[in-house]
Amino acid sequence: MPDNADNNLTLQYAVRLGDDALILGHRISEWCRNGPFLEEDIALSNSALDYIGRARMFYGYAAELSGGKKTEDDFAYLRDCREYQNLLISELPKGDFAWTMARQLIMDVYYLNFLSALSESVDPNLAAIAAKAVKETKYHLRRSTDWVLRLGDGTEESHARLQKAFDEIWGYIPEIFELDELEQQLVDKGVAVNTPELQARWQEEIRGILTEATIEMPEVSWTVRGGRSGYHTEHLGHLLSELQYMQRTYPGLQW
Amino acid sequence: MVAVVSNSAGQSDDAGTVDMRTNSDAEVSTIWDLLDEVKDPEIPVLSLWDLGVLRNVEKSLDKIIITITPTYSGCPAMETMRQDIESILTRSGYPNYEIRTVLSPAWTTDWMSDEGKQKLEQFGIAPPGHTKAETQTVCCPRCRSEDTLLISEYGSTACKAMYQCSQCKEAFCYFKVI
Ligand SMILES: [Zn+2]
Repeated sequence: MPDNADNNLTLQYAVRLGDDALILGHRISEWCRNGPFLEEDIALSNSALDYIGRARMFYGYAAELSGGKKTEDDFAYLRDCREYQNLLISELPKGDFAWTMARQLIMDVYYLNFLSALSESVDPNLAAIAAKAVKETKYHLRRSTDWVLRLGDGTEESHARLQKAFDEIWGYIPEIFELDELEQQLVDKGVAVNTPELQARWQEEIRGILTEATIEMPEVSWTVRGGRSGYHTEHLGHLLSELQYMQRTYPGLQW
Repeated sequence: MVAVVSNSAGQSDDAGTVDMRTNSDAEVSTIWDLLDEVKDPEIPVLSLWDLGVLRNVEKSLDKIIITITPTYSGCPAMETMRQDIESILTRSGYPNYEIRTVLSPAWTTDWMSDEGKQKLEQFGIAPPGHTKAETQTVCCPRCRSEDTLLISEYGSTACKAMYQCSQCKEAFCYFKVI
């Protein structure tokens, strides 16, 4: 049986996985009514819902581990920037459509590998959430792959925008495959995913798609990290002020 | 939502649809029938059983336990379905119940009943094939032509994709295999 200290580690891990999903989901939801055409608008809004649903599952589990001291809403609506532990790549502004699709491809390939690994976790609840979410990720990946191929191998303009997007995002990738002390402890217990082990495979899969899309793999000459320890870009505060506006203005509000 | 792993209504992915409605308890059997009245708010021809969302009904000492599983993680209809279950049970004189949400095993369209698939098609939505099928043919629900074209991976809800029939030109939704 896991003791309280273990419970607390798993709680923190579940919250940060929820943060990743909520923040990225919020970014994708910003395309709602701004999509390039109706079908795409609907598709992005539906992907956003998948992510927000995923966040609810992780937060819900964290709330359960808190023994009733917290609710999923506390995690989403009543924490400030420094308490959020999402990966920085999730919070970057959505950019143009090519930019959004570049990030989605990076994250979809990552999530497919990550969630498959998490579905093997010794923690049955994390494993169950992952097994459910990975099915949705397969659809997400089909779409982002398709768009990266179309835009990369499309017009001069679409190619240039997509290449620029990958160049701009690339330095946020190393953080995805690093473990901090919390995750290392949970990896040792078989609870968390050993993300550094996923990087080589991720790299190969991305390389395959980018080559076909005639996009060059950027060289990493700079990296930014900090999300896992609560150091964020200036963008997260703006995002949270929108996301949390209602609960901050009317505490305890319910629909 | 509470993340719980199922230990009562366990169906494996390979088992297909196993009918659990053979419980001999009269009260439980009445509740199964009652819950047939609860439909998917987005696709009102499908009951929760047809959809594979309703996993089990059982009786403990002092209450009825209803087990459901979500379709897509972010499906906004889940909350409505839960409220509809609550409302029908209360209305029918079963105030002591508990609705449990299980995530594992993860919902699959293979749990959709055959009857549900037929109802879907009559409703104008192409039903999902089996996850294990080698090829997925999307058949036009209007003229049954197999010559159809994907327009978008998502339709009005996450569970559907948009297609167009190359024969009769009708645009239609396809319930995706997952
Ligand atoms: Zn047709």
